[in-house]
Amino acid sequence: MGKIEWAMWANEQALAAGLILLTGGIVGVAGQFRGWEFASYAIAAGFFVCMLEYPRSKRAKGTSVERTGQYCFTVCVKAFGPVTRNYYVRAFLHAALCVPGGFMLATVLGCVCLGIASLIYLAAAVRGEHWEPILPRKDTRKPVAESIKSPPQNPPPRPPPEIRRKQAKDVEGAAYDNPIAVTDE
Amino acid sequence: MLPHQHALSWARAPAACLNFNCMLILLPVCRNLLSFLRGSIQCCSRTAARQLDRNITFHKLVAYMIAFHTAVHIIAHLFNFEYFMDAQLNRNSSHLPFILSEIGDNENVSFLNPIRSNETSPTIVMFTTIAGLTGVVITLALILIITSSMEVIRRSYFEVFWYTHHLFVIFFIGLVFHGFGRIVRGQTLGSLNRNKPDTCANRFEEWGKNESGCAVPEFAGNPPMTWKWVVGPMFLYVCERLVRIYRSHQKVVITKVVMHPSKTLELQMKKKGFHMEVGQYVFIQCPSISRLEWHPFTLTSAPEEDYFTVHVRIVGDWTQALYEACGGNKSELQEAWKLPKVAIDGPFGTASEDVFGYEVVMLVGAGIGVTPFASILKSVWYKHIQNNEGIKEILSIYFYWLCPETEAFEWFADLLQSLERQMTERDMADFLSYNIYLTRWKETEAAHFRVHHEAENDPITGLKQKTLYGKPNWDNEFTTIASAHPGTKVGVFLCGPQMLGKSLEKQCISHTEAGVKFIFNKENF
Repeated sequence: MGKIEWAMWANEQALAAGLILLTGGIVGVAGQFRGWEFASYAIAAGFFVCMLEYPRSKRAKGTSVERTGQYCFTVCVKAFGPVTRNYYVRAFLHAALCVPGGFMLATVLGCVCLGIASLIYLAAAVRGEHWEPILPRKDTRKPVAESIKSPPQNPPPRPPPEIRRKQAKDVEGAAYDNPIAVTDE
Repeated sequence: MLPHQHALSWARAPAACLNFNCMLILLPVCRNLLSFLRGSIQCCSRTAARQLDRNITFHKLVAYMIAFHTAVHIIAHLFNFEYFMDAQLNRNSSHLPFILSEIGDNENVSFLNPIRSNETSPTIVMFTTIAGLTGVVITLALILIITSSMEVIRRSYFEVFWYTHHLFVIFFIGLVFHGFGRIVRGQTLGSLNRNKPDTCANRFEEWGKNESGCAVPEFAGNPPMTWKWVVGPMFLYVCERLVRIYRSHQKVVITKVVMHPSKTLELQMKKKGFHMEVGQYVFIQCPSISRLEWHPFTLTSAPEEDYFTVHVRIVGDWTQALYEACGGNKSELQEAWKLPKVAIDGPFGTASEDVFGYEVVMLVGAGIGVTPFASILKSVWYKHIQNNEGIKEILSIYFYWLCPETEAFEWFADLLQSLERQMTERDMADFLSYNIYLTRWKETEAAHFRVHHEAENDPITGLKQKTLYGKPNWDNEFTTIASAHPGTKVGVFLCGPQMLGKSLEKQCISHTEAGVKFIFNKENF
């Protein structure tokens, strides 16, 4: 399993955990269970985790597949700079966030799933992975070289008439070396 | 207030569905069993046999159902346990749930409420009952299986997906033991005679008193049922794995290894008693790389040859290791005895076998998806040379190959070149019409193509048929074929990406009119 980027799996697991925490919280609050305060915390924490984990990171190797509509989330998460970039921070954050979920039955599952996600993120951080935003590629046109300031005044050099006549019949034989170097630099 | 007293019913309904779904989920992955069934059904109905090709799709659908029912089951039990806890906490003698909870505190009397005291909490009860503990364990296993089966993980990090998926063993063991604690209680039949719930439920203060006519109700746990559903499929799956182990010990010899430029490795192998049909695939295991991994590859040889070949594209850990084990990164030739030992499971069938049932076929392959068609074209050719019965039906083959890079042509171009040569010898130029489309190219290459436009052989493939650039205009192609073959059934076979499949399917439907019928078949892996 040498080439696996653990962060990819940690991300799926954390997103699932966020959703489970959110659902457990909603159930706890809607049913007015004992300890519903923990459930309301779980709603907030689950929502936060989903927001944080929704934008997928760019893969170090291979093509990255975006989730639908993740661009706005990418911009928000990117704005926090090193805090969201570093996976150690995420691992500890998830570990801390999951603890209050363990106090109520409805949110216990979300707590354990988030804990597992935190462990996988720790593995990713130890391997040196970090979060990279997937941004739309800007095609940079090659900058126009200094020497080209104005369009050419003269027509391009043409071969002498004998060779031009040959070109019509025999492509290979009509090849000639252009005296002026033509390169696309 | 939500109706907590119905929560148990809401939990037991998805539990029943889960029994059914967990029975079904193991069956589609018993590929040897399915292959055997496919062979047996094929004589009766080909359509029925083809449904078995969509086994992985079925497996996924059942998995989604399991996930959904698990969610409903858990949420219902959350309400249920809250209700049980309420019953213990609301210690009011004129409250029926409390009275019912008290039953079972004395000797020789069986309880109803699984929460036995008011000093506990649902969370603690969950971790101290068999049902609760197994429930947590199998739900976690299910969640881990699902997150590692997401397409992103499955396509790029296959090993994580494969190894994590083996948590299903824990899932099934936990599932079987989930009901062993008999935590779901019901009134016994004998007790139902002595305490009829319709009349006695509200007269709970008089239970047990002589003149009430209502005895104290007795409860017992329901026996576990899940094992009855899953034991059959579990047994079949164990047999499936044993068959795979047996097959892995049968000797397979690698007779030739060819390294192609497009990071493609060709392995030519022989195995005693191996028999294949066109377009089938095999699973290959290489114990020196990994004992647990079996990877699928399409067979690129024809059944008429006395060996079988696969073309392996080097994209991940396992394929890279296979490449190195076969001496890919060494410059000198590898000795035959140094080649790795491999095991083969299969061959397993796909829709390509249906090719020979049509008069006119359109074969479309995108990139590496052309591999099953290599097998078909070779087989068509062999059959024609041998003047076999099977080939009489095919009048015309239209072959389309869409490829993003020029190097990928190499190994297939050899095949097409030899076919082209043999066809011209026998004056059969119309039999096979092939079109190769290069869908991406670099600026430097484009200049080369422009200069050599008038050359006799194609500058990329060396074939007489010129390579075309860009993507085919399917509308034109379908119209041309429809007008060339009126009144026939044309089979359209695709091995490639889904988007292409969708557009071809649309074309098939729109061009099917009086006489010409386009029937779309898709390969799936």
